Amino acid sequence: MIRVVLPPHLRALAQVKGEVTLDVPGRVTRGAVLDALEARYPMLRGTIRDHVTERRRPFLRFFACERDLTHDAPDAPLPEAVASGAEPFLVIGAIAGG
Amino acid sequence: MSGVRVLVGTRKGAFILTGDGKRKQWKVSGPHFAGWEIYHMKGSPADPTRLYASQTSGWFGQIIQRSCDAGKTWETPGGGMGKTPDGMPTGESNKFVYDTSPDTGKPLTTHQFYDGTQHPWEFKRVWHLEPSLTDPDVVYAGVEDAGLFRTTDGGKTWQELAGLRGHGTGPKWQPGAGGMCLHTILLDPKNPRRIYVAISAAGAFRSDDGGTSWKPINRGLHSQYIPDPTAEVGHCVHRIALHRSRPNVLFMQKHWDVMRSDDAGDSWREVSGDLPTDFGFVIDVHAHEPETVYVLPIKSDSEHYVPDGKLRVYRSRKGGNEWEALTKGLPQQDCYVNVLRDAMAIDSLEPCGVYFGTTGGQVYASADAGDSWAPIVRDLPAVLSVEVQTLA
Repeated sequence: MIRVVLPPHLRALAQVKGEVTLDVPGRVTRGAVLDALEARYPMLRGTIRDHVTERRRPFLRFFACERDLTHDAPDAPLPEAVASGAEPFLVIGAIAGG
Repeated sequence: MSGVRVLVGTRKGAFILTGDGKRKQWKVSGPHFAGWEIYHMKGSPADPTRLYASQTSGWFGQIIQRSCDAGKTWETPGGGMGKTPDGMPTGESNKFVYDTSPDTGKPLTTHQFYDGTQHPWEFKRVWHLEPSLTDPDVVYAGVEDAGLFRTTDGGKTWQELAGLRGHGTGPKWQPGAGGMCLHTILLDPKNPRRIYVAISAAGAFRSDDGGTSWKPINRGLHSQYIPDPTAEVGHCVHRIALHRSRPNVLFMQKHWDVMRSDDAGDSWREVSGDLPTDFGFVIDVHAHEPETVYVLPIKSDSEHYVPDGKLRVYRSRKGGNEWEALTKGLPQQDCYVNVLRDAMAIDSLEPCGVYFGTTGGQVYASADAGDSWAPIVRDLPAVLSVEVQTLA
């Protein structure tokens, strides 16, 4: 199972606490993980990726295994530790004041 | 027993203020959607327990929330509080996609941008939700970049009324510093096919066929900040209001100037009269007196706070031109708040109540049509919108 850590506001929207675990068929890529996440939690559609373009929303980033994967291709494989469930895939909101 | 429900959208969540018929005792509920910007929240006139909220965020985009129990519980329509077969909550409510189809869209892909170039329309957020007067599942949404959407399934899906963007003047619309937003939607209570909208910075528009086709209604407006001050479009209209008994008469707070139309917007004349400044955002009409109008003057377009440190609502009982300051109970020194365009509302009790919220987090109420005021709450986040429901 793939482990996903969402920012607090998205956890509230999806009505979940803690990590989300997902069954991701096939290659474990960012796109596949987000597809599985949005299929299970439809209210998250549009909040991480634009509905139409599927571009990442600008104030969100993707981390895993102490690496910033934000600018990797959506279809690039995620680290083996994420694919095996040893490490979570993190969706991070930019820090901001105000 | 009669009462009111005041729906307050703020920079950091929604609040519901429930008052008795005298509007003296209040119960405060919230924050709902804590930490999110709530641009607008409004109840259905056809079913007062049905509420809609525009929940938005620079990080996560747009969410539409719906309540079927007067705000006690909320759901994202499209499944709402329901569950999928494996127990997961459902509900996708936030898909606003501009119509570019050849059948209905008259595809229009660009508008004027800050640098003078043409820029593609990009959905950013919902500024205003206007529920139908007769059907709780029908709601209109005014969005940034300026467009008008409608749902007929209670917020599950949204379709653009693309004739507005496509009627021909769209390439001349341009954003102000606050973005290019459709912020005012007025449904004519006597003519279900007539809709008015207003856009910053484009102007006012009217449809007489239920939203299919549109025309600009800006004749008589004069705006120094555009190359041709009397152009057909380009005006920064801040808010329009009407009285339900006389929907052909419109009142407008423009960027500068308070205006009036007696012919459904076909022509406008200025009624700023003796106001201390005619810049402002809100404008509204008394519930029982169609010629009684309220504005809240703001110092200027470069100083967005009330003039002279005094928070004053101005009331005209003559449909404009002659205005009286309403100050009783409002701070008259060292006050430098703003009141944004959707942040005033009027109930229909007798005498009618008037409400407004400030960027300083206060929500003030008058239970005597503006003669005297008291704060319901003083320390909310900056207020973006105020609506009121009159409860039987």
